[in-house]
Amino acid sequence: MSDQAAAAVHAEGHNPALLHHFAEPEQQRDAASLGMWVFLATEVMFFGGLFCAYLIYRLKYFGDFGAASQTLNTALGATNTGVLICSSLTVVLAVWAAQTARRTLLITSLILTLILGFAFLGIKGIEYRDKFVEHHVPGPSFSFDSEPIPGHPGQFANPNHAQIYFALYFVMTGLHAVHMIIGIGIFVWLLALAWKGRLTPEYNTPVEIGGLYWHFVDIIWIYLFPLLYLIDKHK
Amino acid sequence: MSAHSTSSPLKTYFAIWAALLVGTYVTYRVAFLDLGPFNAAVALTIATVKATLVALFFMHVWGSSDKMIKVVVIAALFFLLLLLSLSMADFGTRGWS
Amino acid sequence: MATAVAQPVERENYLNKHYGALSWLFTTDHKRIALLYLGSITFFFFIGGFFALLIRLELLTPVGDLVQADTYNKLFTMHGMVMVFFFLIPSIPAVLGNFLVPLMIGAKDLAFPRVNLLSWYLYIIGGTIMLHCMLTGGVDTGWTFYTPFSTAYTNTKIVEAGIAIFIAGFSSILTGLNFVVTIHRMRAPGMTWSRLPLFIWAHYATSIVQLLGTPVIAITIVLVAAERLLHLGIFDPKLGGDPLLFQHLFWFYSHPAVYIMILPSMGVVSEVIACYTRKRIFGYKFVALSSIGIAVLGFLVWAHHMFVAGISVYAALVFSLLSYAVGVPSAVKVFNWTATMYKGSIHYDAPMLYAFGFLGLFTIGGLTGLILACLGVDPHVTDTYFVVAHFHYIMVGGAVMGYLGGMHFWWPKISGRLYPEGWAKLAALIVFIGFNLTFFPQFILGYIGMPRRYYQYPGEFQVLNVLSTAGATVLGIGYLLPMVYFLWSMRYGKPAPDNPWNAAGLEWQTQSPPTTFNFDEEPVVTWEAYNYEQLGDFPPEQEARGV
Repeated sequence: MSDQAAAAVHAEGHNPALLHHFAEPEQQRDAASLGMWVFLATEVMFFGGLFCAYLIYRLKYFGDFGAASQTLNTALGATNTGVLICSSLTVVLAVWAAQTARRTLLITSLILTLILGFAFLGIKGIEYRDKFVEHHVPGPSFSFDSEPIPGHPGQFANPNHAQIYFALYFVMTGLHAVHMIIGIGIFVWLLALAWKGRLTPEYNTPVEIGGLYWHFVDIIWIYLFPLLYLIDKHK
Repeated sequence: MSAHSTSSPLKTYFAIWAALLVGTYVTYRVAFLDLGPFNAAVALTIATVKATLVALFFMHVWGSSDKMIKVVVIAALFFLLLLLSLSMADFGTRGWS
Repeated sequence: MATAVAQPVERENYLNKHYGALSWLFTTDHKRIALLYLGSITFFFFIGGFFALLIRLELLTPVGDLVQADTYNKLFTMHGMVMVFFFLIPSIPAVLGNFLVPLMIGAKDLAFPRVNLLSWYLYIIGGTIMLHCMLTGGVDTGWTFYTPFSTAYTNTKIVEAGIAIFIAGFSSILTGLNFVVTIHRMRAPGMTWSRLPLFIWAHYATSIVQLLGTPVIAITIVLVAAERLLHLGIFDPKLGGDPLLFQHLFWFYSHPAVYIMILPSMGVVSEVIACYTRKRIFGYKFVALSSIGIAVLGFLVWAHHMFVAGISVYAALVFSLLSYAVGVPSAVKVFNWTATMYKGSIHYDAPMLYAFGFLGLFTIGGLTGLILACLGVDPHVTDTYFVVAHFHYIMVGGAVMGYLGGMHFWWPKISGRLYPEGWAKLAALIVFIGFNLTFFPQFILGYIGMPRRYYQYPGEFQVLNVLSTAGATVLGIGYLLPMVYFLWSMRYGKPAPDNPWNAAGLEWQTQSPPTTFNFDEEPVVTWEAYNYEQLGDFPPEQEARGV
């Protein structure tokens, strides 16, 4: 359209956050929401390839995977699960606060989310360091000798198969951690937006779709925890 | 198109949060009980319930009038299951005959 | 207001609205981004074509006398990687799709214009990394980079090529995301799903494949890189890994990828056949739903690339059966296009010639696919030139023909100029002849035993190889001609009317070339797709176009 027509449209006092190619804010919001959900679908397939590899090798080398899994710190893994669940709560509170114009709650929730996110990464870092010290990081320094297979006294795990377990452990939790870091970046940006007063009941799409992303990363961890940490714990 | 906040979503959010923590605790404790081949099934079932609660209530799928979200979620899960099951059609039958 | 008479004065449009490199590099206009892609994919097409030329030159003689064996391995690898990831996958969606999707549905732009620009930048970054990789040694594993050769044995630049493909894949995902959201949320009032042009249905189906398939090859690349750098054992039999896991993950994307390449082309063919037979597409609903059918079924057949790799025979049975099923929706389309032409008023202009070429060549390609899907025959022809011929019939005879037909059909809309019809017909003919001369002998070569990816062969295969190389030369000329006359037409071509073909579709209701925001007023659609009964025949001026 010509510049004059465009100027006339904008002069009608639309929400300043409305982008020109959308007819109304509702359309823009729904497009953003659908866009994030579609992106999350691609993330399901991205992690899905790893779950596929994990499924196949776990069934093939169940005993060896059990032995390797025993060496993880289940308490820390469970704690991290709790940390992420709490962070999902703070995220959903942030979205509600933005929708109901509660600035203090919004900023507090966003900051709490960030703290919990960093806590998760910190605990993960401790776990990774433990694995490094125990020589369970795949590669030239890997060693996994004389580790018994749970439920099969006298049998020891095959180090090569255990290395596959740890390879998948590091790639899966590592990829998850990368997504956490990106999520933290997103929420730092949301905190800045909230601080400047740009998240309002009329326009809070960024925190809504940022929240969707964060919840998805939480869901991935909800599956990673039992799959990686809880193999044959009873044996 | 989308659900607007109800009169007291806070109660729902805290209830779901509590349920998620309880689910985590249960998963952790049950892992130390011997259920034979069902340990993995129980753990994954609880995980699926937790994931569903997060999706429905934290991601606002419950009560949303946007049909496309449900289509997208189902499509993603369907194709993931396709990848897993058709791969298993090979790996699972290698040892036959 | 659409007119059939060309305007003498140049009106403001998306091309002349802003000038300067920065106005292009920072544009968010889907039409300018489409042209950015046009230049880039054409560049990579020539790179890939250059490798093809060297391959065909080597294969002129039975002995390996042009290049060494290792170099030859790199040639066919780079040819495949460049052509698949940097030409075919983006081609129609990124050029014609980006340009036309908003126009066809009556929108001002795609849902996420800045993401669209990001898509292009990701493509450029991936392409640059791939170029650097090729210039500093390249890759020799074949475009399929099977393990454990790619992870444990080769010394070539796998990780770098992997990073390039990963980034380009992200570009593809974002394009698909943009299209899906746009088609769902930005249709003009009255543009219901059953009134959408089949080009839109085709791109919607393509986007589903891009979104759900590409992430799997992305994670596969991550695993290959990790394995290569850290010697993990995920794919290494010596350490308990299974090379077939790689192949499953690789082909889970790479088979649907071929549907990414063909579906948009089928969309083009629908539009062209409707216009040049002056009829609505027969069986619109069937053609629309068959696109979705191809997209979904395409995800169920990947292990037909692995019949002789060591999968269980039970899995092979399942995948063979499913591979026959996936041919059905494609056949549905071919029958419906043929039925459309029955009692139509056919005009044999260049876009229609490409559509005819598509129909014949895609059918041959598809039927030979069924031969390959047959478990009894596949062990004889797999890994031979039969396979090479099969996929080139689909990808070149199908996808590239559709791309060229579409470029001609929409050229007046894109550039505001008419291409020279006589030269275009000649080029289409040269492409058709060159194509068949290149690839038909390869069916025979494969069947009588010439393996693929070999730089030398028994002497009795030489005649067919010489024919193939001769054909490739003709085909190359056929591709060069449109480059020349399209560029020529931008300066010297006749200015195009808004709707030179009197075609159906919202894109023809706005000026040629369109303004930046496409429509002066939001269109309100009250008519069905392909309303050619109302539109009538070509405008009379068409008869006056000539060489």
